[in-house]
Amino acid sequence: MADFVSGFWNAWVMVLVFLSIAFCVFVLVSNTTKRTPGPVGLHDHVWDETLQEYNNPLPRWWMYMFWITIIFAITYLTLYPGFGNNQGKLGWSAAGQWEAEQKAAAEKYGPIFAKYRSMDLNAVAGDKEANEMGHRMFLTYCAQCHGADAKGAKGFPNLTDSDWLYGGDPEVIRTTILEGRQGMMPPFGPALGADGVKDVANYVRSLSGLANDSLRAQRGKEIFTQNCVACHGPEAKGTPALGAPNLTDKTWLYGSSEATIIETVTHGRTNRMPAWKEFLGEDKVHLLAGYVLSVSKNAAAPVEEKK
Amino acid sequence: MQSQTYNYKVVRQFAIMTVVWGIVGMLVGVIVAAQLVWPELNVAEWLHFGRLRPLHTNAVIFAFGGCALFATSYYCVQRTCHTRLFAPGLAAFTFWGWQLVILLAAISLPLGFTSGKEYAELEWPIDILITVVWVSYAVVFFGTIATRKTTHIYVANWFYGAFILTVALLHLVNSAEVPVSLTKSYSAYAGVQDAMIQWWYGHNAVGFFLTAGFLGMMYYFVPKQAGRPVYSYRLSVVHFWALIFTYMWAGPHHLHFTALPDWTQSVGMVFSLILLAPSWGGMINGIMTLSGAWHKLRTDPILKFLITSLSFYGMSTFEGPMMSIKTVNALSHYTDWTVGHVHSGALGWVAMVSIGAMYYLLPRMYGKTEMYSTKLITAHFWVATVGIVLYIASMWISGVMQGLMWRATNPDGTLTYSFVEAVKASYPFWAIRVVGGVLFLTGMLIMFYNMVKTIAGQKAYEAPVLAPAGAHA
Repeated sequence: MADFVSGFWNAWVMVLVFLSIAFCVFVLVSNTTKRTPGPVGLHDHVWDETLQEYNNPLPRWWMYMFWITIIFAITYLTLYPGFGNNQGKLGWSAAGQWEAEQKAAAEKYGPIFAKYRSMDLNAVAGDKEANEMGHRMFLTYCAQCHGADAKGAKGFPNLTDSDWLYGGDPEVIRTTILEGRQGMMPPFGPALGADGVKDVANYVRSLSGLANDSLRAQRGKEIFTQNCVACHGPEAKGTPALGAPNLTDKTWLYGSSEATIIETVTHGRTNRMPAWKEFLGEDKVHLLAGYVLSVSKNAAAPVEEKK
Repeated sequence: MQSQTYNYKVVRQFAIMTVVWGIVGMLVGVIVAAQLVWPELNVAEWLHFGRLRPLHTNAVIFAFGGCALFATSYYCVQRTCHTRLFAPGLAAFTFWGWQLVILLAAISLPLGFTSGKEYAELEWPIDILITVVWVSYAVVFFGTIATRKTTHIYVANWFYGAFILTVALLHLVNSAEVPVSLTKSYSAYAGVQDAMIQWWYGHNAVGFFLTAGFLGMMYYFVPKQAGRPVYSYRLSVVHFWALIFTYMWAGPHHLHFTALPDWTQSVGMVFSLILLAPSWGGMINGIMTLSGAWHKLRTDPILKFLITSLSFYGMSTFEGPMMSIKTVNALSHYTDWTVGHVHSGALGWVAMVSIGAMYYLLPRMYGKTEMYSTKLITAHFWVATVGIVLYIASMWISGVMQGLMWRATNPDGTLTYSFVEAVKASYPFWAIRVVGGVLFLTGMLIMFYNMVKTIAGQKAYEAPVLAPAGAHA
């Protein structure tokens, strides 16, 4: 067994386990007394004026209880791993049980998810039963970051709007969940200086019609053109292939205040969406992607009307 | 020899601080319980749940429980060895050293200095101070045993002795760490070995600090207060040795279903089960000591505390082995059930036996035999008992509920409840827990008032050393 670096430790554990159980048997047997009729003797030692001890025999029921646990222990260690590297008569292992349970679960539940796999994602998004299953999975695996209502939080994208960092194409959403995403905005603080950063921040605010210092915004536009367009594009409408956000759409991942934008530009941002392919498998991700699509579709409609 | 007196000063100091630290530790407990119900109470980083929770555990275990053990062991070992405490200077040092440890804990934990090991969070300079104090404690205790005037060592002292030796071993092994600065260190162990050593320490802290030590307390104060001989010497021998041998193995049950190897989990489980009988041996010996004097329970609130503590001890030492069974553990682990189990031991057993012992001890430190008010002791008893029942019952319900909600699945195999739904469902029970905690704390405040009234205007007292009697003479 890999648990032990040498046979010595295996033997060491066996000896200690054996001795400990044997010791319990020893104290029990050596203190089993025949019940003698008549009053129980009082030991003749007296401490602190009044402290004395009777010498009542061990209660029978208590001894039986002790014996039962000892016999159970020996039986258990015979059947299950526990006596050094002895695997036990049943050949049980935690890893083996886990694999068996996983296999049984895959056989039982796998087909339920698999049947949607061939369905187009837009169709999955419109399927009531599929959405209910997707919703349950979303609450278990996604709600911690994106929220139970999928509206996200600071740093965690809102999934109910029609704005997508990497694009809202059904297949892209599926890929995002399967492979995960690494979002990275590099820090510009050292390159631009505090003043430059503030200028850019004002320009970025001007893009979505937020209050700004027009002089700074004007200077910021130049800095933006030199430093930011590679990712965010000349019109600042973003590049979904890179996950570079559209800066003109009034949707903010970290916040739109001047201070927050300055923080973002100065220090950059690193963000990560974990990959679920290994953990959930493609069938479940397919359902999840359908659910996310449905959430966006259902919530986006009224928002579009407002615009 | 007859003109010599017992050293009561250090006992008195520890006894008073037991009550004081009890109030402090339990107040922090009430605060963290309230923070779970009203998260807005996490007002500042140094008052955050994550920092106050270790302060609560350290304060109640090591400050409240520790002072109670120091006070009672120093009292018991002198009186049952019929000699004055060995090395009085060192004994005084253990008092001031231990208070300094507590003070440093109360400062460093809220500031966020932690080694991250549960029940051993204190950083390495404090660990060293603990070691020095503990070695001094051992010298004083075993020095007194060595200079005893009796031929036999009284049973309470076996338990106190085992507690002192084992805690020294646990502390040294588990706290082995590599300092990187004055306030930060890293464990000498890594991965699953670190987890195993942590829980070998953690469970034996329960076994030796919170069980063996307090059994020593029980073996002195129960027969004293009941005025009856201990039920069975033979039983005390068997359960003492069996307890010492098997407790050492039980730690892995904290790590069921983890990366810990299968064999280690099995060994932890079977020895936890074997532990049931040795644990109950102490309960039987304590409760049966009262046989022939049951009527005293009606009128003596101190006995009420002591006997109720033994009942809770029996209950939680049944619950513990049961929870160590892997099948049960699969439901109970990580839920409030564990929290309830710990508190049935901590409030029901440890706190109640300590409170009973303190009510016996405090007046005697001032040459009296009774507290200022027996009625207030009775009031304390009922308030505390109702508090414990509310605490444990609410945690049982929320714990089992959480375990069932976490494992519930839909026909398609997905989880029926998201995690936060189980949190939401727990709120009412967390509120009940706050009520239970407030009641228990109220009891401690009643005790404080009673203590102040008992002490007020009294002169510190030291009783003369008695000559050994009976077969010792």
